[in-house]
Amino acid sequence: MSATLLHLHTQPQVPLEAETLSPATIAGLSELGIEHLQVMHGNVKAKVGDFFKVTGKGTPDIHIEGDLAKVKMIGACMSEGRVIIEGNVGMHVGIGMSGGEILVKGDATDWVGPEMSGGRITVLGDAGHMVGSAFRGQSTGITGGEIFIHGSAKNEIGNSMRRGLIAIGGDAGDFTAVSMRAGTIIVMGKMGVRTGAGMVRGTVVCFEESQILPSFEYSCRYQPLFLRLYLIRLQEHGFEEKINDKHINGNYERYSGDAVELNRGEILLFSG
Amino acid sequence: MKVMRIKKTEITDTFAEAFGMWGARVVITADTKQWARAAAASMTGFATSVIRCKLEAAVECEVPPEATPDRRPGVSVLLFTMSSKTIAGQLIDRIGQCVMTCPTTAAYNGLESEKTVSVGGKLRFFGDGYQISKLIDGRRMWRIPIMEGEFLVEESFGIRPAVGGGNLILLGTSQRIALRAATAATNAMREVAGVFLPFPQGVVGSGSKVGSRYKSMIASTNDRYCPTLRSIAGQKTLPANVAAGYEIVVDGLNEYVVKEAMRRGIHAAADKGTLIVTAGNYGGELGKYKFYLHDILN
Repeated sequence: MSATLLHLHTQPQVPLEAETLSPATIAGLSELGIEHLQVMHGNVKAKVGDFFKVTGKGTPDIHIEGDLAKVKMIGACMSEGRVIIEGNVGMHVGIGMSGGEILVKGDATDWVGPEMSGGRITVLGDAGHMVGSAFRGQSTGITGGEIFIHGSAKNEIGNSMRRGLIAIGGDAGDFTAVSMRAGTIIVMGKMGVRTGAGMVRGTVVCFEESQILPSFEYSCRYQPLFLRLYLIRLQEHGFEEKINDKHINGNYERYSGDAVELNRGEILLFSG
Repeated sequence: MKVMRIKKTEITDTFAEAFGMWGARVVITADTKQWARAAAASMTGFATSVIRCKLEAAVECEVPPEATPDRRPGVSVLLFTMSSKTIAGQLIDRIGQCVMTCPTTAAYNGLESEKTVSVGGKLRFFGDGYQISKLIDGRRMWRIPIMEGEFLVEESFGIRPAVGGGNLILLGTSQRIALRAATAATNAMREVAGVFLPFPQGVVGSGSKVGSRYKSMIASTNDRYCPTLRSIAGQKTLPANVAAGYEIVVDGLNEYVVKEAMRRGIHAAADKGTLIVTAGNYGGELGKYKFYLHDILN
């Protein structure tokens, strides 16, 4: 079964909410059926065909071409299949996804994978703020799945996340893992300030030196065996240039916190 | 009775009677091969026969670092019990007492199966509330804080129906020749993936039969093959030129691997001058599986 190809022929003037561009909606539809799916161009109802040329029947395998930086919610609620985006992508990519895979070959803007519970989102470029984070007013961020950002990401990565794995190949902004409930965040570059503020449980790993909040306390320097499993998995998913044997076999300084919360979270800083 | 020979070795026209069991595979890793071996040796201690040990277990093979989940040296251990209900307890006890206590080790499930039992999910309580779980590639692991750092154990282990009690009986003209043949046979049989030989070095010096004249005994010496009993009335099974015999018990994850191990064992034993290869059975009344020696060789 060949993939369904969508090519952006008209750049939206304002953000385009395209939650219908998902295997969950497209699979089984004809080309015409896909072109007639509704999208929201700002506050105006529009059709997929107004912006995209569709080639092929709807399959769980979707390739989308063009600069989609203004196209939001691609891959919404998908539970299987694969979406490949041959360029940049807009906000809320993979919102509510529970399975399948999204590959973004360019950059992503804010809020990659909100309300995600499974599956995997890979961004080969950079990402904006709030990767895997809870929406404002929500108490819980992602509850599962994997988000791999090969470049850098901005503030509040994994805000209130409850489960899952977020890997950042480059640098992270401020407030990484703020209010984190559980799960794992691995940053291979540098982190900004106030990492883990309000963290309840969960793990933040960083390969570089980092400022630690005074509400975190040093525990020990050791070789966390579980981390080998994560790093080996990440090596197998394209991070082999950033994860070396020294990271897999090396020592990490463990800090426990946040003491203003349950104090069961941990920050692991690579120390050679 | 059809006579079959390999070189000068006579293959008796009989069958080995084997039983349905439940199996699990544990992959133990450690910082060094020596520590992984130490944990495996401890875990498989007192696990020769379900008759008294309630479990049969042995090392299946060593696993190179590139094939283990954490890329450290590993040892694969197979453990079989008679019931799916008892295997979880054995895994918890043996991983908890023999692997977790061994420095630098971790324990991973090595058997994919729809049916699983909670092991790490129970052992985690050793962490006294400080344990941490991690879901890695769909596998839930438990990090239990211990004095050397952390012990890592997988939450669930797959179990599946297996075969226990495949066997060969090797009879020789001397104890030395019979043991040499048995050793060669066990070495060949261990090459088959998915099988293990639960007795010391795979060889049984004191094979048993079901029952006894004493009510308290569920098994007793296999008098038909005891050379010292040849002259006693009723014990005429052994040919005059047989001086000693050994049994090899083989358990496997399915009947095909048990058959293959038996086939290799027969050939290896024949190469080393065994006089007779036969097998133990109970008249076909007790076991689910019958491994006919001639069929195996054909």
